[in-house]
Parts: sequence; structure tokens; C-alpha cells
Amino acid sequence: MLQLSEAIRQHVHDGDVVALEGFTHLIPFAAGHEIIRQGKRGLTLIRMTPDVIYDQIIGSGCAKKLIFSWGGNPGVGSLHRLRDAVEKGWPQPLVIEEHSHAGMVTAYAAGAAHLPFGTLRGYLGTDLPKHNSNIRFIECPFTGERLAAVPPIRPDVTIVHAQRADRRGNVLMWGVVGVQKEAILAAKRAIVTVEEFVDRLEAPPNSVVLPSWIVSAVCQVKGGAFPSYAQGYYKRNNAFYKQWDKIAVDRDTFKSWIERHVTGTKDFDGFRRSLNQEAERA
Amino acid sequence: MPDTPYTADEMMTIAAARMLRNGAVCFVGIGLPSAAANLARLTHAPEVVLIYESGTIGSKPDVLPLSIGDGELAETADAVVSSVEIFSYWLQGGRIDVGFLGAAQIDRFANINTTVIGDYKTPSTRLPGAGGAPEIAASSGEVLITLRQTRRAFVEKLDFVTSTGHLDGGNSREQFHFPGKGPTAVITDLGILTPDPVTKELTLTSIHPGVPLEKVIEATGWPLKVAPELRTTAPPTENELRVLRDLQARTARAHADGL
Repeated sequence: MLQLSEAIRQHVHDGDVVALEGFTHLIPFAAGHEIIRQGKRGLTLIRMTPDVIYDQIIGSGCAKKLIFSWGGNPGVGSLHRLRDAVEKGWPQPLVIEEHSHAGMVTAYAAGAAHLPFGTLRGYLGTDLPKHNSNIRFIECPFTGERLAAVPPIRPDVTIVHAQRADRRGNVLMWGVVGVQKEAILAAKRAIVTVEEFVDRLEAPPNSVVLPSWIVSAVCQVKGGAFPSYAQGYYKRNNAFYKQWDKIAVDRDTFKSWIERHVTGTKDFDGFRRSLNQEAERA
Repeated sequence: MPDTPYTADEMMTIAAARMLRNGAVCFVGIGLPSAAANLARLTHAPEVVLIYESGTIGSKPDVLPLSIGDGELAETADAVVSSVEIFSYWLQGGRIDVGFLGAAQIDRFANINTTVIGDYKTPSTRLPGAGGAPEIAASSGEVLITLRQTRRAFVEKLDFVTSTGHLDGGNSREQFHFPGKGPTAVITDLGILTPDPVTKELTLTSIHPGVPLEKVIEATGWPLKVAPELRTTAPPTENELRVLRDLQARTARAHADGL
């Protein structure tokens, strides 16, 4: 159990391959902000659904590569910072490696299972393999069926947010749990932020529990998924996602937003206070 | 005949909703497909099973989700499973009757592009990308596609094939031995196109009320085939319009909350 800033300092290094996972739900925003605050550089980011937090990290110049399968602000539109990096190389060029969701989950599962590749019935007839040499095809040794193969995803560090952990650091999450468990098991190191610490986890059998010994650091960050949501704690702030479109569309507006609310604050509580103060002034 | 005026978008959503039969298991894309699928559930198809790629099975949202993983989808679901499970066991496993997709670009054989406009390396517009679509298009029993019909969207040649429809037409899709039979209808704000049984070329088989045929032809980037017996889509009923508008009003209120 660590402060988030200390966990990021210890476990995320310049040049690392980093997966901050979450499928709309439980997005580790607080951890993403800490990466920006500490000015990490040269990261390879992985995520099935890079959304606003990846837009912020990419726009802040922390990343050199993105491995993904759907990059957008869901229901709103483009990720302007991601697009600016891909289309215009601002603030620095971003290499992309593009998959489908089914390909990504297969690659994560192969990473968790420590296999040299994962296989799926996918990608056939699409242009994705033309632009991604990590999508190849194999013949099933039993039936001869042509199947897609993808190499495992093995992040240096995976970061997720969850609802709660007990005092020993066992983590419980529920709701839309995405690919988080596989992403943790596939990684060399893992950081989890949680809404709260509890004395007893009270997890029913078969819950998604990450035992403490597969996690490198557990940090309490109340509200740490905002503006994403934590089922049972708070709802997704859809208004923020819509507002983000106007902030991110312009480089200067984006930069001053990051400087005011992220790099200009000490931690996630400071970020939330800064946002609230601005909302009150408006 | 209803007296209430309606918009082209409402006609599109209602026509798309009608394509979904009661009891079907439907893998739902976000946006237009989600609106249509939920309208179906709230009108003629109460037993439809809506599956979202965030892993929610049997979602019955009261408001339309803004994202594919809104809490509303999980809270109203029969089951919520992981991403690996939804794609491997449920989609690839052959449990989906209908895949319901949107698109940025479509060609005459209903192949779709949601990746990039222009060159891949130097795009004029970078779109979100594939998401679940390629495998939804391959593994669902059939595929419905809904999008607005314009020359920018209905193109002679896709800039990028994200998801496979009927490839080059005829029986060319068969080379991949996909479990699903591919797109069976494209529902737009102007009409309904269905693949020709032999050539698989999209053919205008139904035109929405009051839409001039020339307008549909002009909004299509290839010489559009028109069925000899072109039907006119039944206009929205009072009930369809009321349910759709209530749903959209609830949705707008819910998504304005926050901050």
C-alpha cells in the first residue's frame, strides 16, 4: 500500500510499455494524471479503448506508441489530441499499432497464459493485417481452418482502478470488468487504485478478485476513476466527456487545461478541487 | 397515417428498429444501432436480447447509453461478463443472431470502414477504428447496418476495409468460411437497401415516404441499383414516434447531468 505518486514513481519508468485498462468503467484517471504530473516520456501505451485519459497523456507528450482497437470519445466524437499526434505529429509523433477488440482480448489472454501467441477467428477480409505485422494467419493443425494469430501483450506495468481492497491488499472489482484481470496477469508489475480500503472484502466466490500477491501496489484514490464511473460508488460523468471535446480540440486550450488542473495540482484531490472551483466561477 | 410530422433520422431509426425480430439475440453497436435496438425492445420486440461489447448481456436501459459501457447497461443486464468472454465465448462461440453496426463509409457490397478517411499513414480524417466490428461482421448470424446516406458515406471504393460485408460480391465472401451470412439490410435516412440474392450488390428495395428517388441516387457514390418493385416504407406510427421521442428526451436529460 502506497501513495499513488510513489507507486507511479517506483513502477512506471520512461520508455515502459504501460496498459491503463478499463472498458468505459473504472478508468484509472488519477493514475493517468500522475503519469502526466511526473512527466514520464517515451511510453508505449496499450488499451483496447483509449479514451479521454489517453488523449490527455498523449497530448502531454508522454507517449511514443499506442496499441489499441478503438480510439474515440464514446458517443461524443474524436480524440482530438490522439488525432493531432497521429495526423500532425503534435506534440510528438505517435506510432500506432491497430487491432480489433477480439484481437486485443486474445493478445491479453495469451499474455496472461504466457503463450507465444493467441488465436482467433478474426481479421479475415479486413485491411488491418496490411498495416499491422503483429496480425498473422495460421492453419489449424486439426481442421486446416485459417485462423488469425496475435502475439501476447505483456506490459511492463498494468494500471487499473477497482472498487475496494482489504487491508492486506486483496482487490475486488465488479460491473463491467473488461480485460483488467488478464491485463494484470499479463504484466510484469501492476498498480491498482481503489475507492476504499475495507476490513473485510466480503467477496462472493467467483468474484473478480486480484490477490495481493499479484499486485505490486494498491493505492486508495477516492473518486479516482472520475469522470469515468465506479459501479456502486458514482455514475459516469457524461457531461464531462462532452465538455472534453471543446477543451481538447484546440492545442492551447488543452495545454492551459492540463497546466491548470493536472500539472498545476499536487494530486487527484487537488485536480477535483481545481475543476470544482472553475465550475463555480463559471 | 399519422398526422405528426417526423424527421428523416426518426424514420431511419424506426425503420431500423422494425428489422429486429422479437427474441433475437443482438450484438449492438453504439449510436444509431443502439437507438434502433432499444426502440425495438420498447415496441414490438420486448424479448430481444441486447448484448453490448462491454460485456453486458440482456441490457434493458431506460436511457440510451452515451458510451458502450455506461453503468445503465450493466445495472439492467441479466449478466455482465469480461471482454475475453464476450468476444471469445459469446460472439465467436456463435451465440449472436444479429450484429447491428454503424459505419462511416460503406461500399456497394456492404463492406464497411470505421478506421480512416484518406491514406492510412497520412489520413485526412482519423476515425476511432475497428472496435468489435470486424468479428461482429464475421461471426453474427446476420448483420444489419444503419447510417445516413450521403455521397461521402456511400462510396465507390472504401479507403479502408474495417469489416467484411460481401467482399467483391457474388459468392466471394464464402472463401473465408465465416459462420455468419453477412449484411442482410442497410437502413438509411432515405430508404432500405438489401443485397441482391445473387450478385450481393446493395439494391434499393424500400424508399421512405416522400423521398424522391433521384435524391437516393444522388446520395450514392456508385450507380445505385433500384428494385423493379420498389416498396415505400410504412411511415412511423404514432406509437413508434412517441416511444422514440420519450426515449430520446429521457436520454438528453440523463446525459446533461453532472459536473
